[in-house]
Amino acid sequence: MELVCPAGSLPAMKTAVDNGANAVYFGFRDSTNARQFAGLNFNDKRAAEGIEYAHSRGARVFCAINTYPQPEGWEQWKSAVDRAAALGVDAIILADMGLLDYAANRYPDTPRHLSVQGSATSYEALKFYKDNFDIRRAVLPRVLSVDQVRGVAKHSPVELEVFAFGSLCIMAEGRCYLSSYVTDESPNTRGACSPAKAVQWQETPQGLESRLNDVLIDRYSEGESAGYPTLCKGRFEVEGSVYHAIEEPVSLSTVELLPELRALGISAVKIEGRQRSPAYIADVTRTWRQALDALNANAENFAVDPVWNETLSGLSEGGLTTLGAYHRKWK
Amino acid sequence: MMKLSLGPILWFWTKQSVFNFYANAADWPVDTIYLGETVCSRRRELKPDDWFGLARDLKECGKNVVLSTLTLIESEADLRGLRRICDQHEFLVEANDQSAVQLAVQNGLSFITGPSMNTYNTATLKVLARKGLKGWCLPVELGKDTLKCLIDELKEEGLDLPAEVFSWGFLPLAWSSRCFTARHFNLPKDNCEFRCLEYPEGLELRSRESQELFRINGTSTLSGSRYDLLQELPGMDDMGVATVRLSPEHQGMEDVVKRYDVVRRGGIPDLNPLALTEAPPCNGYWYGKPGMDIVAPSKT
Repeated sequence: MELVCPAGSLPAMKTAVDNGANAVYFGFRDSTNARQFAGLNFNDKRAAEGIEYAHSRGARVFCAINTYPQPEGWEQWKSAVDRAAALGVDAIILADMGLLDYAANRYPDTPRHLSVQGSATSYEALKFYKDNFDIRRAVLPRVLSVDQVRGVAKHSPVELEVFAFGSLCIMAEGRCYLSSYVTDESPNTRGACSPAKAVQWQETPQGLESRLNDVLIDRYSEGESAGYPTLCKGRFEVEGSVYHAIEEPVSLSTVELLPELRALGISAVKIEGRQRSPAYIADVTRTWRQALDALNANAENFAVDPVWNETLSGLSEGGLTTLGAYHRKWK
Repeated sequence: MMKLSLGPILWFWTKQSVFNFYANAADWPVDTIYLGETVCSRRRELKPDDWFGLARDLKECGKNVVLSTLTLIESEADLRGLRRICDQHEFLVEANDQSAVQLAVQNGLSFITGPSMNTYNTATLKVLARKGLKGWCLPVELGKDTLKCLIDELKEEGLDLPAEVFSWGFLPLAWSSRCFTARHFNLPKDNCEFRCLEYPEGLELRSRESQELFRINGTSTLSGSRYDLLQELPGMDDMGVATVRLSPEHQGMEDVVKRYDVVRRGGIPDLNPLALTEAPPCNGYWYGKPGMDIVAPSKT
């Protein structure tokens, strides 16, 4: 299985390659990708440098152009595809059907991966993308259980990549508009969820408050650790009880599922986190490299090294990890 | 004149409530009715044959009937349900996922795309048109400026693809494999006791300052405010919108339909209060603002 790691900057990309990533993925410095953060991502010059670095060390590079262009943005998104192809990336990660069509016709020799934002959760949906845009690989949304992944994998016409570690989207990706409902930006339109520009922090007599476009997302009492106010991870009131009504702030970690994912024929595991620092990327990549090496050396007797879990928990939101939907009980 | 449609019922209602609702709707001035479960595969108050029966009855009453499909397809059982809907030639299908498009195409069936299909640009609509697309509903987070561009570009391309706008009701904003209603009751999803039946308009989720933020509806999350584009109908008509979609609620729906019917005919609606569940209004998405915002309609 290929280890696919995030690169929000050139140092992060080099770090991922140095620590054993088989492939890295990046986006351009604009809203054509789903991790639009100030100061993050690549211009063409940096991307070319990163691609050269990765290729000379045997790692592949994917370019994510996985938001949805509207008419006024069409030329910009199209040009992002042109730029990625000109840079010689090993694949373009796309979600929008119009852009997939453009890329398939204009650059048939540049492989296309279906982004998680393409919301394909069944083999029939994968067939649609394969038949129409000849995608080589698809990234599955983080809503399927292992049994469901098995069902998809059995009949999939394309390679599959699954999320292994990082932030956990609990909504079907590509179809979540919670962020644009509260702010004016969403992953689909701007590559942003709960964007930083809308975040406010305030010390109040009731505690530290986090807000998103003035909406109170959470309030922390003394000693509680505060997290980024992602909409679906706030504490809200339903019928008089206040709790994490949608999801707790936890991270996804699937290291213990590796033998099963391999047996299902999954081609790649993906680490989320282009917004993370090079130091984080180094620790996560190194740990997952060790886990995959152990798996490759002896799949039958694969055992999770407690040190891996310790490292990964330390890097997780709230210090907690979950198997997410892969584990049926989570649902 | 623009058409009025009743979207699929997004909530979980008892079989009797569903039958009563459509028995009444047969007499309302709506042109198109979308039928079927789009949210949760565990909601089986109506069996496939019940839906087909309803569809035929409403067709006999002169309604244009479209069968809606599940939005999040997770299992082989979900695909079986989808095949049942796509393996017929009596009714159009509203595809809410690419799985449904694929099956419709395989069966040579025409389809309409629902609001959860990401049709954000003309190139996407052209791809789908080649596959048999007969109409499309604007994704809820898009507004009038984008819609106008899309309609104009389709016209330039010579494509006749009628546009529909989700215009009234709680906005469907997200779908998950996780059930938030079951979570509220500390129940596993597989043994949810069908608690959604107790909440025909969802569970209100408020901020800790009592702001009505979302409505929990099983595995889906809807807006806490009610989208209402009644005052925008003249502008929609000018722009070339074909169909105005109203999302079913279990109370007061007839009055809502009548109000929209009067306005689409150029009349002035009776503004008596509606017998609806109270919820703040919103129209932000239409103006390119946060969806929850309320913007005073422009005079133009």
